[in-house]
Amino acid sequence: MSEPIAGPAVHGERAGADPGRGGAAVRFDGVVKTYRVDDTAALGLKYRLLHLRSHLRDRRSRRAFTALDGVSFEVRRGECLGVIGRNGSGKSTTLGLMAGVYRPTAGTVSVAGRVSPLLELGAGFHPDLTGEENLLLNGILLGLTRDQVAARRDAIVAFAELGEFIGRPLRTYSSGMVARLGFSVVVHLDPEILLIDEVLAVGDEAFQAKCMRKMESFRAAGTTMVFVSHSMTAVSAICDRAALLEGGRLVAIGPTAEVVAEYGRRVRGDAPPPP
Amino acid sequence: MSRVRYYRDLVGVLLVKELKLRYKLTVLGYAWSVLHPLAFALVYFLVINRVMRVGGVDFLSILVTMFPWQWFQNSVTASNNFFLGNCTLIKKVCFPRSTLVLAGVLNDAVHFVASIPVIVIFMLLLGTAPAWAWLIQIPLLVAIQLAFTLGLALAVGTTNLFFRDLERMTAIVTMLWFFATPVLFRTEMLVPAGLEWMLYVNPMAPLIECWRRVFLDGVLPLRLAALAAAWAALAAWAGARIYRHHEWRFAEIV
Repeated sequence: MSEPIAGPAVHGERAGADPGRGGAAVRFDGVVKTYRVDDTAALGLKYRLLHLRSHLRDRRSRRAFTALDGVSFEVRRGECLGVIGRNGSGKSTTLGLMAGVYRPTAGTVSVAGRVSPLLELGAGFHPDLTGEENLLLNGILLGLTRDQVAARRDAIVAFAELGEFIGRPLRTYSSGMVARLGFSVVVHLDPEILLIDEVLAVGDEAFQAKCMRKMESFRAAGTTMVFVSHSMTAVSAICDRAALLEGGRLVAIGPTAEVVAEYGRRVRGDAPPPP
Repeated sequence: MSRVRYYRDLVGVLLVKELKLRYKLTVLGYAWSVLHPLAFALVYFLVINRVMRVGGVDFLSILVTMFPWQWFQNSVTASNNFFLGNCTLIKKVCFPRSTLVLAGVLNDAVHFVASIPVIVIFMLLLGTAPAWAWLIQIPLLVAIQLAFTLGLALAVGTTNLFFRDLERMTAIVTMLWFFATPVLFRTEMLVPAGLEWMLYVNPMAPLIECWRRVFLDGVLPLRLAALAAAWAALAAWAGARIYRHHEWRFAEIV
């Protein structure tokens, strides 16, 4: 299990820097991320050709949407950081930058270690393939070589508690079974930095409890985790520290209880508290 | 080195997935995919030879070019969705996206190679035999067509993320392209019409003519093969360039 995992480990190259042992696992330095708001994108080439003049004119003044605006923070090695904030505050963009699927518009993102994103329910699975086939496909997509998946196969199947269903097509699974398989693949990647985006909301209570236990054991093993959630209960339960985003800016980072309280104050400030 | 092995494993598992979905899940998987070009070849032959009474076109000549053409057309059409169809993964996981294109085009390539026995059966039925030289000629032409198709598929797959109506345009363009390529007619027929130049501006023309000569005569016309290879190199280079230039924005735009 100790062999290096090749995988999509291009993250370190993005910033070309290793923040150093014992230091930060992830470091954001003045990170700005803007998306082009391109109203005509979905309308296609025909529309653009027919409206070429206005299109070229608007090109100069094309609006950009700023998802993150000068954000700097560190995720310490081995800690569990919760990222909280309202919808559209920049949480998913933050996670996408860590996963390496986005490139910062300005500033640097440095990631030291292999990143494993925990996918939403069934992403990358195909309903017509068996659990076994999906397991191999997903494991390789997430960065393992074929041999590495083969070596972990039994452990993944055992953790997912699928029994004989592992040989049946995924379309015969309940959504809870799909979630168990997906979670099981990811936890057996031996992640160094685990990114979790609101996935614990799926599955029954027994499975959720199992996920929480697994995350506790990851924390005990020194795995760095970044956890995006709207559930303050879950964030308070597992996170050492929390970061609060608002409108693309980092407004608070520190001990979970304080940041969660600050979030509550801000939410109550201009809107009624959520039930 | 481990990066290369990882890339290979990823393409392998994606390709096996495509092939399994293609062959395993329908009882007639293989038959369906073979019947399609076969039916096309037969219909065109009947219309041209029997209804319109145009001479010089025989069934085998259409058949042996229809199969490689269908590989090309299927791959280019499918390439519109190689990236778009995997948007959830692209948004979350930082795997090399070009593997999706490679696996998709290889899927059609494997299927083309798997359908060569059907071509052989028809050749034997119609009184000709395969040539030993095929063992060198066919892999060479497969490699040329693979490079050309990959380049185009990379370009189309990438461009379709930015202009979503490209898919409809691809359908029209490949249809026109089909009639501009010597699948239904022979290249010699272009000479009296003064259309020889089409052989040189259409990258698929020299390639399809090579397929015809190899299957029917066991001879690879070297000049045309070199021309096809040059087009393939250009397409592969341009496709890779377009893909590399835009790859970093894929997760934002899908």
